[in-house]
This record gives sequence, structure tokens and C-alpha cells, in this order.
Amino acid sequence: MLTVGVDIGSLTTKAVVLEDSKVIAHELVLTGESSREAAARAVQGATSVAGVDIGDVARFVSTGAGKSETPYEGDQATEVLSAVRGALFYYPSARTVIDMGAESVRVARCGANGRVVDFGTNDKCASGTGTFLDTIAKALELTAEDIGPLSLQAKEDILITATCAVFAESEVVGLIAQGKDKASILNGITRSIASRVYGLANRVGINKDVIFIGGGAENIGLRKSLESLIKQELLVPPDPQLTGAVGAAVIAQEKSKAQ
Amino acid sequence: MIAHYGYADGSGEYYIIIDTDRCNGCEECVKVCPQGVLEVALDDYDKAVARVKEDVVKSIHFVCWGYHRRCASEESNCHAVCSQDAISHTW
Amino acid sequence: MITAGVDIGSLTGKALILEDNNIVAWSLIPTNPDSSVTVQRAMDAALEKAHMSLDDLDYVVSTGYGRLVVPFAQRNVTEISCHAKGAHWFFPEVRTILDMGGQDCKAIRCDDTGKVTNFAMNDKCAAGAGRSMEVMADLLQVPLDDLGELSLQIVDAMVPISNTCVVFAKSEALSHLRRGKHRSDILAGVCEALATRVHSLMQRVGIESEFVISGGIAKNIGIVKRLTDKTGLTPRISFEPQVVGALGAALFAQESLRREQQA
Repeated sequence: MLTVGVDIGSLTTKAVVLEDSKVIAHELVLTGESSREAAARAVQGATSVAGVDIGDVARFVSTGAGKSETPYEGDQATEVLSAVRGALFYYPSARTVIDMGAESVRVARCGANGRVVDFGTNDKCASGTGTFLDTIAKALELTAEDIGPLSLQAKEDILITATCAVFAESEVVGLIAQGKDKASILNGITRSIASRVYGLANRVGINKDVIFIGGGAENIGLRKSLESLIKQELLVPPDPQLTGAVGAAVIAQEKSKAQ
Repeated sequence: MIAHYGYADGSGEYYIIIDTDRCNGCEECVKVCPQGVLEVALDDYDKAVARVKEDVVKSIHFVCWGYHRRCASEESNCHAVCSQDAISHTW
Repeated sequence: MITAGVDIGSLTGKALILEDNNIVAWSLIPTNPDSSVTVQRAMDAALEKAHMSLDDLDYVVSTGYGRLVVPFAQRNVTEISCHAKGAHWFFPEVRTILDMGGQDCKAIRCDDTGKVTNFAMNDKCAAGAGRSMEVMADLLQVPLDDLGELSLQIVDAMVPISNTCVVFAKSEALSHLRRGKHRSDILAGVCEALATRVHSLMQRVGIESEFVISGGIAKNIGIVKRLTDKTGLTPRISFEPQVVGALGAALFAQESLRREQQA
């Protein structure tokens, strides 16, 4: 059975083609101004890579901030459920999922059957998200890929007091002017986000195994910082930015099988 | 004085509200909070009253579980232990 | 009785010298990454204008973000209380104060003595502070001082900005600009959004006449006009809205000194 999961996020749109129990293709595009168009492009790209026709797809399920704006017929699933299903797809032992996107961060606790037990979200605010990191990366003239490894080379502990990406950016500029090194600054920034995400996770409750997904999971510094706070290993699926879309595709399968 | 501690941002409005005229500085709320959000200190008019710790205010939604969201259904919480009805939450 | 108030904010440092009921001198300087440098410069600038030295001051109170780093202050008081006291000195009928600087926004209710009865401060989110104006001014390449005026000169229609978060609102505004919307119309949307947020904060503490606006935002006619419409009250603005906090601190200094002298 072929299903497609589409995660229409505020920054990027991801489409995943699932054939039975394998992810056979994916596509990631910038969402830009039109969620509808981005969804179309992502689906077009993924199905094309998979070598399948849109007509062959048994069901589409969309998730993400733009899930209601799709050019194809399908169902919608919440970001929380998609995150949980996606995490379980890769790790059947998953019981806590931390999902850090561009504009929102969420933590969900689930049972073995994928039922969501509790969750917490902070959205439409960059303070606990990948955008916070990207904003700082830009201010330091670094790429998103650089900042994780660099943050591990900190020379000193710097406390970042701002929890807003815009204010943190100014704080960072001020620290650079004081002669602080980028690695230490990045470490301070990373620990600051990690503490917020940990706070959210703590409220929801943390059960083994803990899975880290979303664009934020690609930052090694953030992973380590979070691990030291939750005192547990964080499992990260391959291409963590796609896990939500994978979860949506899994939900599509479940719905089709149920019929 | 009614003191609102917290913020409103894209994600919502999160304020812990303390009526410092009613507060008697007993510290019961400080002790019961599972996240250690509160403390008692002298205000500008030299009265010892409860407040949200300065380094927590800007992360309040990430740290405080939220009275209505969670703590109202816990065995005990900051509202329940306050004999003066001095504390409330917007979430 | 000669007292001084020192208000160290994130962007500006202010010092004010009060002799009995007269403002002798005041200073307003940009902050230095080193707070102690800001403090020294602000105080020195005010003392110079007053032709005084630090020894002439009977009592100094500090306030603002940097209030804990003023070595020559005898006391520190929160900016909330200082703003209420300062606004009350200018306008004894004030009961509601809105103060917005680059990094925060405060809504304060006070009684007829200038004592705070209710307050809410938002210093976490740039969307509710002056910074949002700076970011938009920079993005749309409009001088910050002209932004307010421009936001009132709508050409077609206000362009609503749906994102609260400044990071995302910025992209939204940029895409409107690229699609040919007028700067003034976009700024109208930006100012409307900020005014709505600010009004919401004010409603949290309650709004009662007289209503005073202090801080850098008082100079933004686009926000002032929109707040006037939303509250139905005409705001009073002090001659130099940015030193209200330092004035309040100097007044607290007077009170502390009187208490000490009586003891």
C-alpha cells in the first residue's frame, strides 16, 4: 500500500512516500508564502522520486501549521500525533517525543500503541525552536550545520538572559563586542534553549525511550545539552526533520487499513 | 498591589498574578511548587511578599506547569495552600 | 535636599538630579556593554550639567536593568515603582501609565500618591516592545523617527500582519513589500498589531484616566494615536518621556532620606 504524509511547516514542507513499511522517497521544500503550493511541490517531488503516480497513492495525510491548505484530497492529523507515530515507526520503544520545528516545539508522552498520554506545546514563538538557533547562526555569520559542532568547543560558561530570538541576537552581538568567542556564545545559547525544552518536557513527564525529532534534532550541541538535562540518551531517527511527515504517512496507512 | 509576572508572546498569555496586599509572606506556595518558581522577598514598599523568581519570569510557560493546565488537578498546588487567596494564573 | 536617580536600561542610561522640587539636570546616554561604564557616564553627564559633584548628592537610588550595579546608590527600587512615582510628579492626576522602551513594555495603575496598585510588565518578547519598531524600520528602510508618522499615511489599506513573533512578522512584511504593498500600509499593519498588544496589556491592569505614556514609544505618533483611539483617552506625555524612571528614583531617594532623618 502506498501512502503519502505531508508536513506543512511554517518554514519547510516535507512529503514522504511510504510503501508498506518502508519510506521509499521524500522531498523537502521551503514553504514560502503559499502552503498549498509548497504541499503540491513537495508531493510532486516525492512521488516523482518514488517513481509513482499520485493516482496510485491510497491516502494522503497532512500535518503541520498549514495542514488545512492542501491541493489534494486527504485527511489531517495533529502535529503531536504525527510526531508520535513517526517516532514509533523508527523506535517501537519510544515513549517520549521531543519535536523541535522552526516555529514550534512540542513534547509528547505516548504508550506502546501510539496513544498520546500527555503533551505540551509552545508555538508561534521562536524561543524554543530551530529559528532561535538559525537567528543566532546568522548573527555570527555561520551556517546551521556549523553551530552544533562549534558549540562543543566552548571555553567558558556564558549565561544568556534573553529568551526571545530577537533579544538574544542583540545579546550575542553585545557579547561579540566584548570579545567573547563564538563557541562559548553558541554553547550558552544552546544551553538556554535546552533548558526551556527540558522545562516543557519535565511538565509533560519523561519516560524512556526519548526520541528527538524535527530540524532542531540535527544540532549535536543541542542533543548533548538536552541529554545532560534529562539524564537519558536521546534517540534521533535518520533525517529527523522528516519524522513528522513519516508519522503522517503511517497514520494514512492506519486509516486505510481500518476501512 | 496586583503584580503580574510573565509575558504574552506568539504562543499565548502566561501570567502568574500575586496580590501583594493579601499576601502575608507565609511561603506555603514557595514550598509546594514542583518547579520552584516562587520566592518571598521584600518589595519596594518593604513588605515581604511572594513573587516569581527573576530568572524564571521570561521562561514561565516552559517552567511553570500552569495552574489550570495541570496543577489544579494535582494533590496540592499554590492556589490551594494559600490561605489569603493571593495567587492566581492565566493558564 | 539634593537627590539623584539612575535608571540603567538595556539601550539607554539616564541620570537625573533633583533639588527639592526642581529638576536640576538630567542625562540620557546610550549604554555601554559594561554596565558600570554606563552608570558612571550617565551620572557624570548629569553632574556636569548641574555643576555638582557626587559628594553634593544626599541620596541616590538606582533602578532599571542595571540597578544592581550602581556602587554609589544607597538603595535600588524596581522600575515599575519608579515609573509610577515619576509620572505622578509630572501629572498628579495620573492613574494609568504605559511605559515602553526598546526591550520591554509596562502597564501600571497607581493611586493618587503615585503608589503602584497594579502592574504587568512584558520584557520577554520583542513583539511587545520597541524593538519590533526598530526591526521594521530597518527592514523597510525607514528612519525610526518617521515610522509612526508614515504609518498614519495609509495609501490603499492597512496590510494586516498575522504573525506575532517578530522573526516571522519580518518575513511576512518583506513578502508584502515585494508584492508591491506601500511601506506606509505595511507599517500601518505593524503599528496596529503592536498597539493591539499594548492595549491588551493595559486592559490586564485596567485603564483609568489620566493616562500617561513614557519611554521611547511616546515619540511614536503612530502608536500614540492608535492607543488614543483604543482607550478613548488622550494620553499625557511628559517633556522628556525617557527620564520618568530616573525622576521616580530620585523621588524615592527623597522619601528614603526623609525617613532616615526622622529616625
